[in-house]
Amino acid sequence: MEKNININLKVWRQKGPKAKGAFETYKLDGISVDSSFLEMLDILNENLINEGKEPVVFDHDCREGICGMCSLYVNGHPHGPDEDITTCQLHMRKFKDGETITVEPWRSAGFPVIRDLMVDRTAFDKIIQAGGYVSVNTGGIPDANAIPISKIDADEAMDSASCIGCGACVAACKNGSAMLFVSAKVSQLALLPQGRIEAARRAKAMVAKMDELGFGNCTNTAACEQECPKNISISNIARLNREFLKAKLAD
Amino acid sequence: MYWLFKSSIGRKLVMSISGLFLILFLTFHVCMNLVAIFSPEAYNMICEFLGANWYALAGTMVLAAGVFVHIVYAFILYFQNRSARGNDAYAVNAKPKNVEWASQNMLALGIAVVAFLALHMYNFWAKMQLVEILHKVGMDVDIANAQNGVFHIQNTFSCPIVVILYLVGLGALWFHLTHGFWSAFQTMGINGKVWFNRWKWIGNIYVTAVILGYVAVVLVFFIKNICSYGAACGI
Ligand code: HEM
Ligand code: SF4
Ligand code: FES
Repeated sequence: MEKNININLKVWRQKGPKAKGAFETYKLDGISVDSSFLEMLDILNENLINEGKEPVVFDHDCREGICGMCSLYVNGHPHGPDEDITTCQLHMRKFKDGETITVEPWRSAGFPVIRDLMVDRTAFDKIIQAGGYVSVNTGGIPDANAIPISKIDADEAMDSASCIGCGACVAACKNGSAMLFVSAKVSQLALLPQGRIEAARRAKAMVAKMDELGFGNCTNTAACEQECPKNISISNIARLNREFLKAKLAD
Repeated sequence: MYWLFKSSIGRKLVMSISGLFLILFLTFHVCMNLVAIFSPEAYNMICEFLGANWYALAGTMVLAAGVFVHIVYAFILYFQNRSARGNDAYAVNAKPKNVEWASQNMLALGIAVVAFLALHMYNFWAKMQLVEILHKVGMDVDIANAQNGVFHIQNTFSCPIVVILYLVGLGALWFHLTHGFWSAFQTMGINGKVWFNRWKWIGNIYVTAVILGYVAVVLVFFIKNICSYGAACGI
């Protein structure tokens, strides 16, 4: 059973990082509620191109919730009003006929707008490069049971590792803090024996890079946890604080 | 030690330790206040003991330093966080559910607490320890009531306006601390999935008990006053 809705889109348009942006309103009729949010934007762009106008620029890649490329602040929520999903997994059935949908880029000093809805998230790559890896040479693949890891730790490390680096946590944070992302990336390694070896250095280096890039100080409002599409818990932030403070006190 | 200024987590550690120190002080303070309800004489003995002698003054200095550090760092964090956030506000911004209101308004609540603190210092400290200090340095002040805490409590809480201001101030402090308490442990890294709700519960119960202690003193003296003399606002 096909159901279509008519919507008004209020989209942020901005020519470049330094240019002044503004909202533009577009009317889209006959959007299937079964289409995804990004398919709806594709339709908008097709219309714009046919009218000889510039299409709306937005980030996307896998369109199945695993790559972390899609962003978009939809109706006041990063990744839209639905819970625990990315923008590419958002569907038009979440919206009502005649609704005005406001679409904005992530807004944070750490993520400057490149164009329209696309923001520059290389800051996250720089933080990972500062220490989000294991640099010991592990040789060939060891037997899975050679290093025993408790189920609890393995599960928690896996949960932390589900962070896709989308940046919704920064976008949601009133302090522009990247602590949820950094804590997930520190935790996924700190919980495992292979990662422990460099744990102190990693925590210090990643936090130093995060501060240097101008992300804010976490005041534990937990908006990040609520908006994270992967349900990353702020217990990771407590772990990061612990790892960092332990490392600093040991110096 | 430089990292306590330079790193975000270092700055947060200063915030949490100074905050917990202030909570510890509030705890001692409320215990002493409660004595006034049960025995005015005993309360005045405490006031005498904590007059303008070296240990009370040293304590006051440490406390003032704690308040100072907490406030200075509050503003540093606030301005850094504002610039990290950037100037472009969202046109539509929904507060995600489960985000505590207090956690997003810590600075505003803190400023309300400062205003309350100023009123409180004017009502008591300026009439007690300050008078004693001035007397000690040789100024001509009347010290007859400088150690008579109960007298000042009675005076202050005979005025309904002051009573209301105190209740509002204590309300702001309650909001500040219901978030601040668990937040401090989170900041120090003494938290996790299991302890998360425990700290919230412990914090809420502890902070509510402390604040109710203060409220009790205000209300008991106010009610006693209006029963015996009626309301009076001669500040
Ligand atoms: C009796 C007085 C006070 C007590 C007991 C107290 C206690 C606390 C505690 C325990 C925290 C949590 C620290 C953390 O999150 O790690 C906190 C945070 C905070 N306090 Fe206070 N505070 C008091 C007064 C003030 C004042 C006067 C101000 C400002 C003018 C203030 C501003 C703040 C701010 C902005 C935060 C949030 C910072 C953050 O979470 O990083 N506080 N306070
Ligand atoms: S913690 Fe969540 S919101 Fe933040 S980058 Fe990772 S997946 Fe995105
Ligand atoms: S496009 Fe890959 S997660 Fe949304």
